[in-house]
Amino acid sequence: MPRDSSPTDRIRIWLNGTSIEVSEGVMASAAFLAAEVPCRVSVTGESRTALCGMGICLECRATVDGIPHRRTCQLPCRDGMRLETQS
Amino acid sequence: MSSIPMRYSEILVVGAGPAGLAAATAAASAGAQVTVLDDNPGCGGQIWRSGVASANIAQDPAREATIRGFRDSKTSLLAGRRVIDSGPSQTLRTYVEETGVIETFTWDRLILATGARERFLPFPGWTLPGVFGAGGLQALVKGGYSVAGKRIVVAGTGPLLLAVAAHLQEDGAEIVAVAEQAGLSSMLRFATKLLSHPAKLMQGARYRATLNRVPYRTGCWPVVAEGSAKLAGVRLTNGTHTWTELCDLLACGFHLVPNTEFAVLLGCKLKDDYVAVDPTQKTSVENVYCVGEPTGIAGLDAALVQGEIAGLAAAKRETQAQALFKRRDRERAFGKGLDRAFALRPELRTLAQPNTIVCRCEDVRYAQLQSQPSWTDAKLQTRCGMGPCQGRICGPAVQTLFGWQNTSIRPPIFPIPLSALISAPTSSEITQLQETL
Repeated sequence: MPRDSSPTDRIRIWLNGTSIEVSEGVMASAAFLAAEVPCRVSVTGESRTALCGMGICLECRATVDGIPHRRTCQLPCRDGMRLETQS
Repeated sequence: MSSIPMRYSEILVVGAGPAGLAAATAAASAGAQVTVLDDNPGCGGQIWRSGVASANIAQDPAREATIRGFRDSKTSLLAGRRVIDSGPSQTLRTYVEETGVIETFTWDRLILATGARERFLPFPGWTLPGVFGAGGLQALVKGGYSVAGKRIVVAGTGPLLLAVAAHLQEDGAEIVAVAEQAGLSSMLRFATKLLSHPAKLMQGARYRATLNRVPYRTGCWPVVAEGSAKLAGVRLTNGTHTWTELCDLLACGFHLVPNTEFAVLLGCKLKDDYVAVDPTQKTSVENVYCVGEPTGIAGLDAALVQGEIAGLAAAKRETQAQALFKRRDRERAFGKGLDRAFALRPELRTLAQPNTIVCRCEDVRYAQLQSQPSWTDAKLQTRCGMGPCQGRICGPAVQTLFGWQNTSIRPPIFPIPLSALISAPTSSEITQLQETL
């Protein structure tokens, strides 16, 4: 059974300035992946998203509520949270 | 001074995965006062990482029993805390990303249960969006990323591949293929060994049954992740034929490597890349124990029994701990079997092309590294391993590619903001504080 079929509360977050709806408790990295938006742009300009999923590789780091370098795979979304691709 | 947060525990456990939970529960049931620290938002580690809606996880009896035992032991779990360094006389510091605060903990006995991470090997295209670790993708799905309707290739090596493929399929994905680099003969030898571990054999059989329509190709590995802006397909080879499987996502990991950074920082001796321990799981450093994958990749059952042994030993119940040695040794033998069965084939060292990125943090390419004589030279000349992951991803890769050993572990063992370090207490303040405890 797909996990997203379970009833959960929906919240609104901002992803690169666009308002989107996600289930409460969803990791911020999942919001980036679902929207196909990179978490960060690498030092030579490549788009990167989460790799290890457990807070080790730091490929999922992004700017969250204005603070850079947040590991989005360890960070649950909260209502009103602002996620931005980090370059 | 009074505002400096400092906490004492008789027994402090680092890591709330199966090994750490088992250690904490055993120590607490022997009457010790125990605190558990973990980087993740909740307990369970990676294997028992909880999901947004845990439909499948609730059916795992070992997880339920272990977590219930831990909760009943009334041990305090301090989650969301990442250990950054060790201080003077049995102290360590953690960083709480949520608040930006550094805390200091002091202990009589310390149990390290820091787990393992996936090994990644560079091949062309592995940095494309759509390429994940195998366990990595599973963790992200548990974190709410929906893979329903996605075509996924699962590749690499290790028992994790089948488990991940089965779970992804349960989550609605279409598994295009599972490519296991280990050859059929080595897999069959391993399966024969499993006859003495019937529960593990059954679990493997269940995963295989779930995936009955999915090709499970042994002796087969990825050579290129294809696509321009994002993944479009994976080129696989069996050494004779090479073909492309079209897919949306690639879940690719090459078994596991131990998280030994904190143990090394504390001065614990390693043996063959793993933390060396005595029969009671004691390390070479006084009052420091180590359990689970950092002592040898051997899986869940090994982690649980090692945890229990260390928890009892740290709580001065050595006799009770001894009763578990035989079971622990059996599980360790299983781990050695894993190492043999899923040993990396030499062809995997030749996948990276001159322009393939090896260090993802600093975008260091294979050609830049080829002329370097050592890891230290590579770091100085190219910045390989000098980025935020501190070589945790490219370190095991360059060890496989070039035979380089990561030699220097320095604090902080994870990047933290300077502002947090500046506002944290100094070593002399910590020593003064300890004297007043």
